[in-house]
Amino acid sequence: MLSLLQSLFKPDFLFAVLRITAPILFATLAAVVAERAGVVNIGLEGMMMITALFGFLFSYWTQSWVLGVLGAIMVGVLLGLMMGFFALKLKTDIILAGIAINMLGAGGTIFMLNMFTGLRGNTGNLVSPNLLIPTIQIPLINKIPILGEILSGHAVLTYVAFLCVFLVWILIYKTPIGLNIRAVGENPDAASSVGVSVLKIKYIAIGISGGLAGLGGAFMSMYYSQGWNSGMVAGRGFIALAAQAMGRGEPVGAMLSSLLFGLAQALRTKVSGLQGVSSFLVSMIPYAATLLGLVAYSISLKRKARKHVIKVVKN
Amino acid sequence: MEQNELVVQMKGISKIYPNGVAANRDVNFSVKAGEIHALIGENGAGKSTLMKILFGLERPTGGEIIVNGEPVHFSSPTDAIEKGIGMVHQHFMLVPSLTVAENIVLGMAPRKSGLFIDYKQAVDLTKEYAEQFNLHVEPTARVADIAAGMKQKVEILKALVRGARVLILDEPTAILTTQETVGLFRELKELKAKGFTIIFISHKLNEIKELTDRITIMRGGKTVGVYETDSITEQEISGLMVGRDVILTVEKDQSEPKEVVLQVEDLNFVNEWDKRVLDGVTFSVRSGEIVGIAGVEGNGQRELVDVLFSLKLPEKGSATVGGKSLIGLPQAMIRELGVSYIPEDRMTFGIADIATIEENMISDRFNQKRFNRGPLFKMNELHKETDQLIVDYSVLCKSRSQEVGMLSGGNIQKVVVAREFSSDPILIIADQPTRGIDVGATEMIRKRLVELSRAGAAVLLVSADLNEVMELSDSLIVFYEGKIAGYFDDGQWDDIMMGEYMLGLKRQSDEEIARASYA
Repeated sequence: MLSLLQSLFKPDFLFAVLRITAPILFATLAAVVAERAGVVNIGLEGMMMITALFGFLFSYWTQSWVLGVLGAIMVGVLLGLMMGFFALKLKTDIILAGIAINMLGAGGTIFMLNMFTGLRGNTGNLVSPNLLIPTIQIPLINKIPILGEILSGHAVLTYVAFLCVFLVWILIYKTPIGLNIRAVGENPDAASSVGVSVLKIKYIAIGISGGLAGLGGAFMSMYYSQGWNSGMVAGRGFIALAAQAMGRGEPVGAMLSSLLFGLAQALRTKVSGLQGVSSFLVSMIPYAATLLGLVAYSISLKRKARKHVIKVVKN
Repeated sequence: MEQNELVVQMKGISKIYPNGVAANRDVNFSVKAGEIHALIGENGAGKSTLMKILFGLERPTGGEIIVNGEPVHFSSPTDAIEKGIGMVHQHFMLVPSLTVAENIVLGMAPRKSGLFIDYKQAVDLTKEYAEQFNLHVEPTARVADIAAGMKQKVEILKALVRGARVLILDEPTAILTTQETVGLFRELKELKAKGFTIIFISHKLNEIKELTDRITIMRGGKTVGVYETDSITEQEISGLMVGRDVILTVEKDQSEPKEVVLQVEDLNFVNEWDKRVLDGVTFSVRSGEIVGIAGVEGNGQRELVDVLFSLKLPEKGSATVGGKSLIGLPQAMIRELGVSYIPEDRMTFGIADIATIEENMISDRFNQKRFNRGPLFKMNELHKETDQLIVDYSVLCKSRSQEVGMLSGGNIQKVVVAREFSSDPILIIADQPTRGIDVGATEMIRKRLVELSRAGAAVLLVSADLNEVMELSDSLIVFYEGKIAGYFDDGQWDDIMMGEYMLGLKRQSDEEIARASYA
């Protein structure tokens, strides 16, 4: 036990926390942007699966990790718009549209991988180091003893993830689009009464959400797992929904709750190395944390639904 | 613009919904530049539909609209706004978490560096218009934190900033205090003096007499007449609106309160934003009396009712009926104690709109022995019960199997009231029982409330309609910021005095307030 505690305070553990947090953070920010526009993006899991696959495929086809990441973002945006089309234009329940995307992510990706490459279940021997997202040493900071070991040497996208917290904050609070997103999410009637197109704003929000999910997907296949495999997203899209709720839809709150989930995940890796601890029990840690987060989420959703009912009726 | 020129003309407007309901039939409506024009009619008379058409929210199925001499076709509010028409909706179209300035510039936010909101400019713009039109608002306050009166000013400013020359106000005084209403009228008259045209929708005849120049009266989807306000009396208007003379006062004998039925002790409630909305509320309602709760909306009345009917749990305190606690009790058990409940939000809590009249009326009693034979209903008994209630409460409907949602607001409320009043209640909690319904239904509901109380029921009446609480109550409790600000049991009250307590200008001493409890 003591050795476990000791190992938790080592730089490599905290480094791992940041690395593990990054994809969750992307997905959580994706959930935040959608949520603020009043859209529950429950399809994040599937979006990450699909974009992870296409991110990798694009990088393989173009032999460029940059184009791979951009391809993943593009596919993410398209998936977001597709979900928007189902839910906003064709009036499917948004939850069902999201579940459809998740199913597509679970089964469709294996099929598509096979169709494009002839491989089954994972990208196996297609992976080569030049296709993966490179890591960077931050000058000066990497010279600081412990801090440097924690903060420097991450993949480019890890830094981008934390940068996105700031960007999403700017987007939501400092731009006209963000003002419209907040208005549409909170009182769509008010927004449309002054000529803001609720539909357009929701499309924009869910598109951005998909793009962020794409970054998360790319991170998974092009760095974290070093290649694509069918089980790799492992619930991160759902964890993100919980993290979004725990963070109360605020970008900074989203970051803090993502870090919490990142920590839980990193802890699992550590604890599972210990003797005498059931690995099955240990592997539950991140999911138990998610469960708690989701409880928080459902409470907030319930409140919102009630308010929504009342509002609809009054109008 | 020449005086008396017609700014808005609506000719032969019809609106027939796909389901065949005609909301407007060949309606003519015109407004002169620079006048305050009242549009009145009972609920369902078609005035809201007409205004929604003028504001581009609905498209007419027939007729033409001419604005400033030019025929127009509005397909959205944006089109109407472009032609200088603005609307202040009855339910505010504001985003609570945004600031006043953000709400005002929503959809037209000033930018800096092309990408970001110029928040300072938004605030300046708000201030500029606020000063120009004498509509004082706090640009940086969150809308969630400001009072209804200020929200209304924000709505008016929103329209003005967008260049509106014609303002439609949909029942603007419904949620205002007496003082706020006086302020609103002053502001509207100022706008009129500046050349703005105002269309004022209201149910309140005294307000219309005071404020407006001309009146268009609607009934049953048609225009009944257009009058100079000075040339017509309130009785005449009332007669034209409902087609008969309605007596607006309720006859009632002196109450003779007996034992305490509802006892509320030190009730406290903290809402989800950590605001203490009920703060140490203590009072009694006795058998045979109507206790009215007056107050500006949002001062804890709604939470009080929710706690009493177990829709919310208080932080502390107790509420008992006949000595039994109501706190956290399932609603069915509360009803078993003899409590009836007329909810404020009738569409959500009062009825199930896609169920039939019958299903709604029996929803509190269908499992009583007299309606069941083994696992089956005695359908004849249910039909008999329903038909009797429909007759007793003169619910206007095709049959008992009509969907409740298809009825007018007044008739929906009659269904609620029929159910709630016919279960021999010992306590009736009536929350805004006559809000937004026609004069006929209002009169009936008020009369029944008095009858039931004189027959021994305890009645707790919560209403935003000051006249209603003042008229019906035997004693009055005024709520202000979650506390009782005053208790009156002498029948000597007027609206000026109520307004002072409702706005927190006055508060009784603790001893005087303690008289509200008879335990």
